[in-house]
Amino acid sequence: MSIGLLSSGAGDRSGGVGTGRVMTTGVDVSHRGILYLESISVSFDGFKALNDLSLTIDAGELRCVIGPNGAGKTTMMDVITGKTRPDAGTAFFGQTIDLTRLSEPEIADRGIGRKFQKPTVFGQHTVFENLELARKADKRVWPTLTAKLDSAAHRRILTILDTIKLTGEAKRPAGLLSHGQKQWLEIGMLLMQEPQLLLLDEPVAGMTDDETLRSAELFQSLAGDYTLVVVEHDMDFVARIADRVTVLHEGRVIAEGSMQQVQQDEQVIEVFLGR
Amino acid sequence: MPAAFVPLNLAVGAARLSRFPAHLLWIAIGVAAMVLFVVFPICNLVVPATSALHISDYTVTLLGKIMCYAIVALAMDLIWGYTGILSLGHGLFFALGGYAMGMYLMRSIGREGVYQSDLPDFMVFLDWKAYPWYWSFTQHFWYCALLVVLVPGLLAFVFGYFAFRSRIKGVYFSIITQALTYAAMLFFFRNDTGFGGNNGFTDFKRILGFSITAPTTRMALFAITGAALLGFLLLGRAIVHSKLGRVLTAIRDAETRVMFSGYNPLYFKLFVWTLSAVICGIAGALYVPQVGIINPSEMSPANSIEIAIWTAVGGRGTLIGPVLGAAIVNLGKSWFTQALPEYWLFVLGLLFILVTLFLPRGVAGLWLKRRA
Repeated sequence: MSIGLLSSGAGDRSGGVGTGRVMTTGVDVSHRGILYLESISVSFDGFKALNDLSLTIDAGELRCVIGPNGAGKTTMMDVITGKTRPDAGTAFFGQTIDLTRLSEPEIADRGIGRKFQKPTVFGQHTVFENLELARKADKRVWPTLTAKLDSAAHRRILTILDTIKLTGEAKRPAGLLSHGQKQWLEIGMLLMQEPQLLLLDEPVAGMTDDETLRSAELFQSLAGDYTLVVVEHDMDFVARIADRVTVLHEGRVIAEGSMQQVQQDEQVIEVFLGR
Repeated sequence: MPAAFVPLNLAVGAARLSRFPAHLLWIAIGVAAMVLFVVFPICNLVVPATSALHISDYTVTLLGKIMCYAIVALAMDLIWGYTGILSLGHGLFFALGGYAMGMYLMRSIGREGVYQSDLPDFMVFLDWKAYPWYWSFTQHFWYCALLVVLVPGLLAFVFGYFAFRSRIKGVYFSIITQALTYAAMLFFFRNDTGFGGNNGFTDFKRILGFSITAPTTRMALFAITGAALLGFLLLGRAIVHSKLGRVLTAIRDAETRVMFSGYNPLYFKLFVWTLSAVICGIAGALYVPQVGIINPSEMSPANSIEIAIWTAVGGRGTLIGPVLGAAIVNLGKSWFTQALPEYWLFVLGLLFILVTLFLPRGVAGLWLKRRA
C-alpha cells in the first residue's frame, strides 16, 4: 500500500525552497531531522502555554506526544502549523523552512498536514469531493476555477478511499459519516495533500476498538515514508505504535525515549499519577 | 474520460440536490429566452392595447425592475448562500453601478433641463460653473460602462482585502458592511458631493440617442436585463459547480480545514466578494434607465437587508432560489404597497421569520425536498 501512496509526489519535490512560489515545495532533511523546535515560548494573558520547549523529530519516525491536559500539546501543533506565533524561539521544517514566517496555507503547502482533535471535514461535500479538494495541486484561485480531475488524480483518490476503507461511502456527504469514519476521512485528506509530516491530534478518539486497531496498523505502515507526530491520551494505543515518546508537562519536555523508558521516569510518574 | 468517472461526477448527495439536470436546464433557458425575447416584445409592442394578450408598459417596467433585483439576489447568494458571508451592504454596490450609469444619463440630457444649461439642473442650482473633475469623460457611454464595473469592483476589492485579511467574520462582517453603506448614503446625501444630493439623478431624456421613454427603448432595456439575468445564472452555475465553487462551500462549512488543506481563504473570498459586487453594479446600471431615477435611498441599510431577505426567501445555496425570492417578495411588495401600504413591513418581517424557521432553504428548498 505504501507504494501506492507514494506513487506520485515524492519524485517531484526537487524544486527549490524560498522562491516564494506556492508550488515549489521541498524540505531539506539532509541532517535527518525534519522538524526542529528550539526554545519555543508562547503565553496567553500571562499563562505560559509553552515554556522554552525544544523538540526534534527525525524524518520517517513515528513520534507520540503525551502529557496531561494543559501540557501544551495542541499549542505546540498550533505553532508548527502557523496558527499561533511563538513569543520566542524558532521552528524549522527541515534545514531551511522557517515555520514562524509562513501562513497556515503556506505551511500546509510545504508539506505539513494536520488533523484536528475534533474531526473537521466538509460536511456538505461527498467523501470523494473531500479528497479531491485536499489533493495536492496548485491551490491558487484561478487554477482552482479551471481545475479538471484527470485520471491520475481519480486513481489516486480511489487508492486513498481504499486505504481509509471508505470506498463504499464515496458518494455520501461526509456529514453523514460516523465519528470514526470522519476521523479516517480526515486522515485520508491529509494523505491526499502528500505531506512529509503529519500531525495527528487524538486520531483515535471516539473510535471503536476495531477501528483503533486498524488505525494503529495504518500509522505504522505510513511511518518511514512519512513522518508522524501523534498526540494521544490512549496509553495502550501509544504503547502499541510509538517508536519514541515525548512527554510534555506545563509547556516543556520532561522526558523522551521509548515507552518503557518514559514509564519508568520518576517525574513522569509524578505528573501522571499525582503527587 | 474513462467511464468510471461518470457515476461519481453525477453523485447525488445532499450537496448535489441543487444540481439541475443539464437537459432540463437548456430547455428552461430556451423557454425563458423565448418568453423574454419573443413573447414579451410581441405582446407589448405589436398586440394592440385593447387585446387581452397585450402586456402593458407598466408590467414590462415592473418585471424589468424585478429582474434587476433578481440579479442582485443571485450575487448575494454567491457570497452568502455558497460562501457563508452575509453582506448587509450589497445595496451600496447596486447604487454605485446605478450612479455610474446615471452620470451618463445626466450628461445625455444636454440642454433640455429646466435651466437649459450644459450642466445638470442640480449643479446650476448650486451655482457651479463647470463639471467637477470626477465627471470627466462621463459623456461617453463606454466610460460610464467601465465605471459601472470598476467602481463597485474596486471598492469591494479594497474593503474585502482588509476585512478578510483581518479575518473579520460572521456578524461582525455584516455589521461593517451595513455601516459602509450607511456612511456612503450620508456622503451621497450631501449636495457638495456632486451627485445631486437627496434628489439624486432623474428626468433622463435619452440613452445612446434613443428616447428613454419610447416603448421600443424600454423593451430593449427589458430584453438586455433578461439576457444579463440568464447570463449571470449560467456564470453562477459554472462557478458553483467548479472546484472553486466546492472550495467556497468548504470555506462556509469548515474554514480551518480549507486553510490547513493549503488554500488561502482570503483570495477565494476576495474573488467571490468582488465578483458579487460587480454583478450588483451591473444590475444597478440596468435598473436606473428603466425606473428613471437613482438617489441615495438605494444605499439605505434597509434596502440591503431586503436583498438578504429575497435570497433567504428564495433559497440560499441554490441558483434559481434567489431569482424566485426576488420575484415573490417584490411582486408581493408592489401589490401590498398599493392595497395595504401600512402593513407591508410587517408582512416582510413575518415572511423572513417564517422562512428562517420553516424553510431554511427557502422556496427552492420545497422543490428540492420533493425531488429527494
